[in-house]
Amino acid sequence: MNTGSKSLSLRSIFGPSVEGEAVISAEGFSPRYDLNRWTGEITKPGHKLEGLTITDKILFFPTAKGGVAAGWAFYDILHKRIAPKALVFGKTNPVMVQGAVFADMTIAAELSDLPENLFKTGDTVRIDAERKVIELLC
Amino acid sequence: MTMKLTNEEKAMLAGESGPAVQRALQEQISVGEFFGAETFVPVKNVHMMGDIEVMGDAGLAFLKDLVSAQVKCMTPLTTNARCMDFALAEMLGQDSGAVKQEHELIACLREMNAITTDTCINYQSVYQPHFGEHVAWGDTGTVIYANSVFGARSNFESGPAALAAALTGRTPAYGFHLDQHRKGTFVVNVEATLTDLADWGALGKIVGEAHQDYFSVPVFDGIRTSPTSDELKHLGTSLASYGSMGMFHMVGVTPEAPDVETALGGNKPIDILTVRDRDIEAVYAGYDPKDGNCGLVVFSGPQLSLYELKRIAELLDGKRISSDTQLFVTTNKEFKTLADDFGYTRNIEDAGGIVMEGVCFYLLQNLSQIREARGWQNLVSNSAKIVNTITAHRFNTILRRTEDCIECALSGRIS
Repeated sequence: MNTGSKSLSLRSIFGPSVEGEAVISAEGFSPRYDLNRWTGEITKPGHKLEGLTITDKILFFPTAKGGVAAGWAFYDILHKRIAPKALVFGKTNPVMVQGAVFADMTIAAELSDLPENLFKTGDTVRIDAERKVIELLC
Repeated sequence: MTMKLTNEEKAMLAGESGPAVQRALQEQISVGEFFGAETFVPVKNVHMMGDIEVMGDAGLAFLKDLVSAQVKCMTPLTTNARCMDFALAEMLGQDSGAVKQEHELIACLREMNAITTDTCINYQSVYQPHFGEHVAWGDTGTVIYANSVFGARSNFESGPAALAAALTGRTPAYGFHLDQHRKGTFVVNVEATLTDLADWGALGKIVGEAHQDYFSVPVFDGIRTSPTSDELKHLGTSLASYGSMGMFHMVGVTPEAPDVETALGGNKPIDILTVRDRDIEAVYAGYDPKDGNCGLVVFSGPQLSLYELKRIAELLDGKRISSDTQLFVTTNKEFKTLADDFGYTRNIEDAGGIVMEGVCFYLLQNLSQIREARGWQNLVSNSAKIVNTITAHRFNTILRRTEDCIECALSGRIS
């Protein structure tokens, strides 16, 4: 595998290793407040990712936003086949982790660097759950 | 970090209490280990969010499987506000299929021994935990109130996590269950005079947006009044909504904050904010009422206490809401029943308003379609939380003080 030279380490992770297209957000995220849970599109007016579809992406957000609905929401969108591959937060909250665990979706948090310093939207990245790193593939 | 399990927990994990409990405990371990928990703590009260709008077909199927397996909650479990008031669902244009599913979902929960209270203000009605009590509550507003005002201990427990806690009778000990995370991390000097519930929500917006972090714990100092439960409710729900926060201290008010130093517990504050009257006014000035038409006024998010219902009823007594405006109030079954008895409901309805039971307005099933069908654009509320959460449904929201909301409803124009 062509592993990239750019990588960051992470402190907390649940779920298997995955690779996919990165989406780097400058704004936090809640599947309750920001997401259309039928299309997978971020619909909150003015959200920095408004209009983007999260399906099959590896999503990087600086923070989680409130709302316990996320606990069911990830399981719901998984069964609607519009779920992302993984969620990566700078700072997260229990709801996001509980929701990801219930949906068996990879989630990571507490990174060694800001993801925007290494990756950009559209890059292919790999989250390695064993080594606790995220690296640029291409 | 691997959690240390008791013999009882090891037996659950081995499947001796059945596969549902086994799965629940495994999920709790995964969450606990993510956050570095070393042990579980027992809980005797669980509050869960679960309705068809958030759970969807997959969530309902999950519950039906549990019912088929005759799984029961071993800890009392109450439910949060849900997505429809059956008496009003058809009038609002909610899906008949979803109505049927919601009935099925409630039946499943009752079959599992849950108490379907349908309230996001359980702390003002059905249960008040004692100081230091560990609970597993969902709805962020319930958690921040439990931690801050009662001195009880809970993390945000989303639907499946709360259900897991009800099945296992415990929750992993991380976050606000531990002393170390309950200490203040920054200080807010409140110089502003807070006269309305919306002012408390505006304060929460300012502070929450400044430190969006679950593990941020503001210490409010300088509050010159003795706040009511409703004022603390609006502050807490706003902090949770804008800042994802689960706890605050208020010097001289909340039980772990006799003074700033004690509330900080040895932490050096990472920030010291000052909030003045002009900062509160700037919040109100920050909303754009667009064409100025007031199509919708909502008192909800969180559900209204009996005292809030009484005030709205008094403000509307003998008045008539503009024909261009619709006004909704939401509360729980308990307070709706009392409001019916005391004539508050009649006052509000005589003025042209609608009182909904067991729901929160922003949770309503099909809300985006309802908004479009009714041509709603501007939404005015005294709740800082709802003017944030409901924007996902593309409302243009405007926060106003309670009396100003009523004035908007009467005139049909946003002042």
